[in-house]
Amino acid sequence: MIAELGLAALWLAAALAVLQLVGGALALRGGTESELAALTRPAAVLQGGLVALSFAMLLWVFAITDLSVKLVAMNSHSAKPLIFKLSGAWGNHEGSMLLWVTVMALAGALIAGIERRLPERTMQATLAAQGFVALGFYAFLLLSSNPFERLPQPAAEGLGLNPLLQDIGLAFHPPTLYIGYVGLSVAFSFAVGALITREVTPAFARAMRPWILGAWVFLTLGLVAGSYWAYYELGWGGYWFWDPVENAALMPWLAATALLHSAGVLASRDALRVWTIMLGVVAFSMSMLGTFLVRSGVLTSVHAFAVDPERGSFILLLLTLYIGGALLLFALRAGAISEGERFSVASREGALVVNNVMLSAILAVVLLGTLYPLLTEAFDVRVSVGPPYFNPVGAIFAFPMLAVMAVGPLLRWRRDSWGRISKELALVAAMLLAGIVLFAVLGEIALLPLLGLAFAVALAVASFLPLKGRRLKRVPIATWGMITAHFGIAVMLFGMASEGAFSQERLAALEEGGTTSVGPWAVRLEAVEPVAGPNWTALAGRLTVRHRDGDPQAIAPQSRNFWAPPQQTTESVLVTRWNGQLYAVMGGSSTDGRWQVRLWWKPFVTLIWYGGLLIALGGVLALVGRVRSDLKHRYISRRITERREERETA
Amino acid sequence: MRDLLALLAIVLAVPLAAQGSAPPAPYAYRQLDDPDQEAVARELMHTLRCIRCQSQSIADSDAPMAGDMRHQVRIRIAAGEEPEAVRRWLMARYGDYVSYEPVMSATTWPLFAIPPILALLAGLIVWRRLRRRA
Repeated sequence: MIAELGLAALWLAAALAVLQLVGGALALRGGTESELAALTRPAAVLQGGLVALSFAMLLWVFAITDLSVKLVAMNSHSAKPLIFKLSGAWGNHEGSMLLWVTVMALAGALIAGIERRLPERTMQATLAAQGFVALGFYAFLLLSSNPFERLPQPAAEGLGLNPLLQDIGLAFHPPTLYIGYVGLSVAFSFAVGALITREVTPAFARAMRPWILGAWVFLTLGLVAGSYWAYYELGWGGYWFWDPVENAALMPWLAATALLHSAGVLASRDALRVWTIMLGVVAFSMSMLGTFLVRSGVLTSVHAFAVDPERGSFILLLLTLYIGGALLLFALRAGAISEGERFSVASREGALVVNNVMLSAILAVVLLGTLYPLLTEAFDVRVSVGPPYFNPVGAIFAFPMLAVMAVGPLLRWRRDSWGRISKELALVAAMLLAGIVLFAVLGEIALLPLLGLAFAVALAVASFLPLKGRRLKRVPIATWGMITAHFGIAVMLFGMASEGAFSQERLAALEEGGTTSVGPWAVRLEAVEPVAGPNWTALAGRLTVRHRDGDPQAIAPQSRNFWAPPQQTTESVLVTRWNGQLYAVMGGSSTDGRWQVRLWWKPFVTLIWYGGLLIALGGVLALVGRVRSDLKHRYISRRITERREERETA
Repeated sequence: MRDLLALLAIVLAVPLAAQGSAPPAPYAYRQLDDPDQEAVARELMHTLRCIRCQSQSIADSDAPMAGDMRHQVRIRIAAGEEPEAVRRWLMARYGDYVSYEPVMSATTWPLFAIPPILALLAGLIVWRRLRRRA
């Protein structure tokens, strides 16, 4: 009954998406006064409620482990802790697609409910576009991935969830990432809406910006969380693998970052109109492409859940329809939208154009490296494109971008001169050179980490330069957001470069009582003990670790065996100090009765994720700042009209 | 006849299954004594693909296959072979797929041609946009 309720809610929501599409389209033809047009907003809001209800029903059947529902029987197990039963609801293909449409419908409901700044015609077009996109995903869910399908006979016990996914990270990583991914659908619909009505104005960019910021913050958090998850769960100390699935999430982030900056230019200066619209289309296209790559089974990985070619072709069809349609519309309409205001090389806009072009080039490189192996595989040639390709090729564009990022915020809008900021330029350049020399003397470091360390130091200083000569209390919150985010980039870069330059590894085979060392740590294996959990057994290595002359600490990394389904995982232990992390992993036993212990000392590795959090925090500050100043403007203009009316009546 | 084939399949599968549980090769989980050689081996291992896994280098994987390949890399580096020679040896055995560093060939040239074109294009866009006076 519960499952049927969820399914019914989903069908109703799909029907409302049709209404939203038709209502919006009629409003565009017959003017916004038509009766159907009045239904567009309520349809979007109600749709959000219905899909949320449907998702709640799915959580319910997972919570009670209703084994007559096929999805539960295939992916859950009665012995799992409740939190993993719930997170298991989106740890599979159908559930995660339902999560996708839930986020999409809620985003649609949110714009319908609170967005009042857009001209009504553009708003109608936007909602129609949102309904149109949602409709495709409803169709996909209802026709080929029904999460509420019943079994003819209830199963006796569930098959369980992939142990790698039985982790608290899974409770947060997919929802966060999806809010970011699908939140970009709002930017997409805005862009399509503005293309239809040809109203690409600074007001439009100001309306769109908070939505981009919101999605971007979640996308950032999702990437950071996913990276940390891979780092501690996979047990080899790597935090980014250039795996196609990771790239699938990185590409929308790159596009959204570019979009964020170009929407800023459009909002403040009425320039870069066409470019902003283009990026709006590209960002969500990358989200959909990512979904296709991950969900279609083109790639097999922990994210792919089940491989089904029929679903792959369905998503490919949706992809072609939406991306192709949007690009066609763009091609037809782009000529009708003028370029907007002009500006000179040495200006804030100039720097932002460089930033945008570089981000797009990095996006193109990642796209190329991700899709190319798939392309050659179609011709039976298998090639691998990995870190040795992405790192240097990406760096060609990343470092110039970082250099511009350091000085761009110091420039004035429209027209400025390099001479005015020559002192700051000299300071940043000097920091950079000093950094390169210092780190080169410090030890033998490969070129990329060396540049990374030097750029990180220079950038960290440069990110605070916009504050120079300003009264701190009067600096707008949004500016603090920019400073925080740019500083976050520097912090993250330092973490990555330091991990690359200074990491130390020790693989040791130890007897009980044996000792080894890694970097500044002395490590002793005290004993190996069996441990049992609710659905696994493990061997835990009791280790005593000691940093230089510090106090010894006891840690116990495990090698776990799950039985439903049977799989082995490593539970690494991380010992965090201010200046880095000790990473300890328990391996198997070797033939001579000794135990494999893997150890890493990674100086400043935690800065990677702290930097990521700072970047997200910067986004939050910018969002708060923009929304606050917007509310203030609205309040002031309302007061002005009230005054005028009072005066007129008096 | 079909039963016989099934039986044959099982018999043939036994050694394969046994292979999975064989003890790992000595240098799968053991470092070389010379830290310089180990560093060279490590750098090489990070650029070789574990062909049984999804998107992991042999330096990042618990798969037995990756362990065997690490062993091969380490003993060959210890024997004084150049890293690129080891890479070529592995590629000869497992195909180009095993190397994360794509080699320029008739099928992979776009990977190398497109980034410079992108750089030119990026330069052109920036130049064209910014050349026009404010």
